[in-house]
Amino acid sequence: MGTSAWWTYRPEDLLMVSPRVYARLFELHNQALWPAQPLALALGVVALAVLLRPGPQGTRLLLMLLAVAWAFVAWAFLWQRYAPIHWGMAYVAPLFGLQALLLAGLGTLRAGLHLPRRWSVPRGLGIGLFAYALLLHPLVAPAAGRGFAGAEILGLTPDPLAIATLGVMAMAEPARRAWALLALPALWCLQSGLTLETLGEPGAWLAPLAVAAALAARWWPAPATLR
Amino acid sequence: MALPHPPRLPLSRRRLLRGLFAAAAASALPGAGALAQSAEPLTRTLPGTDVALPRVGLGSWITFNVGDDPLLLEACTAVMAAFFAAGGRLIDSSPMYGTSQATIGHALKRLEAVERVYAADKVWTSSRDEGPAQIEASRQAWGVPRFDLLQVHNLRGWEGHLETLQAMQAAGEVRHLGITTSHGRRHDEVEHIMRRVPLDSVQLTYNIVDREAEQRLLPLARERGIGVIANRPFQRKRLIRRLAGTPLPPWAAEIGAESWAQFILKFIISHPAITCAIPATTRVEHVRENLAAAREPLPDEAMRRRMAEHVRGL
Repeated sequence: MGTSAWWTYRPEDLLMVSPRVYARLFELHNQALWPAQPLALALGVVALAVLLRPGPQGTRLLLMLLAVAWAFVAWAFLWQRYAPIHWGMAYVAPLFGLQALLLAGLGTLRAGLHLPRRWSVPRGLGIGLFAYALLLHPLVAPAAGRGFAGAEILGLTPDPLAIATLGVMAMAEPARRAWALLALPALWCLQSGLTLETLGEPGAWLAPLAVAAALAARWWPAPATLR
Repeated sequence: MALPHPPRLPLSRRRLLRGLFAAAAASALPGAGALAQSAEPLTRTLPGTDVALPRVGLGSWITFNVGDDPLLLEACTAVMAAFFAAGGRLIDSSPMYGTSQATIGHALKRLEAVERVYAADKVWTSSRDEGPAQIEASRQAWGVPRFDLLQVHNLRGWEGHLETLQAMQAAGEVRHLGITTSHGRRHDEVEHIMRRVPLDSVQLTYNIVDREAEQRLLPLARERGIGVIANRPFQRKRLIRRLAGTPLPPWAAEIGAESWAQFILKFIISHPAITCAIPATTRVEHVRENLAAAREPLPDEAMRRRMAEHVRGL
């Protein structure tokens, strides 16, 4: 881009790849990582179980799993695969690394972050987002006609990882720490939705909808406030 | 749930290679020289040089940014094979275009077309000091001994880079130099540079609806003897999508336009200041269609006005 008037460009002017290249990005990623997908799904199920029956050790395990996933996606997907065809990703990958460090830091603190045990609207939304990222988001690619070869798996690709993290941070306490860990996943989901919309891909609204759900959960009035 | 292995590929490698080699073979058949001669696209000489360029070139923004995907590299190679087979020469790229330069280099090597191509690339960095290293990296990606045309991308750091390019030109390390802009932006600055600095080429956005350049820049280019490369001829598909579904006017046959793409390209390249247009495509049939637009008959001034009015009214 030039040094002036960059704000006058349309999203389509900033798009660097075609739909076929974007689709092949995930196909090649999956091909290169096989058989990591079943392992990632199994770890995702473990994380979901922790969300359903949270405890201090389980929460730390969950945060560490997320931290490893953010670091892995930063390196293996954004840096190795996406950045060569989109120079902007060279700037995004370190931010994913930062998110990994923050998650790891909180995961090692004794009172870093805790998850609610009692059912509430925020908890329901949070678990729903995580379950969607784990179980349903991989079906978006085949539903859009790109086949299972292009499936986006939690822990291996950015969108489901960001949505799952939004789910955890939608219900985590204390709020200030949760907000800090919610910011980057939310920004990623918004840019991903914009990219998919510009590419003309169906389902572009899913990631931004996850952001809206996470924000609604965080802003949901606490029971005391309702009284 | 079924898991993603092995991937289902949307394109058949065999089909791609068949297209690639068919296109390449078409220009290598005995006697193909005479055939190619009759099918050669119209050319226009880059002002002040002896270089005659086909009036339709090939852009690479987005379309050739395919990473190291072997399947898509072959698809792009097939596009370039068809481009050369149809008489094309100028290919334009930039270090900003992801892996497009490497894709072009891959295809040039596969097609043994380094001698055939008119290699147009850009320098894209705000740092003057980084310019030479970037240009050298671009040259290596293309696999050409030197660039035919180097342009300052979107005027970024233009003063320093033009000095670098002038020194390279004096040393025979590049044949021609220029500047680029797009989307109709910074035309005042482009005009300033065109008046102040000796340029061989300016690249700007010009098509049947984006015609601001007609006011000052295109007349100035003729006056100063500067070639003009028209980018975004189809507004990156938007124009074609807008016109899709609308039939061509019957009088399009008078200029030999068989599609909206040819209609638009013929409008662009018939402007007396335009050296060539550089549509980008991922499809072999489109590259052939584009090159076929660079043939007689081309519209005269009255017809050009009629064409623009017609599109404005749709």
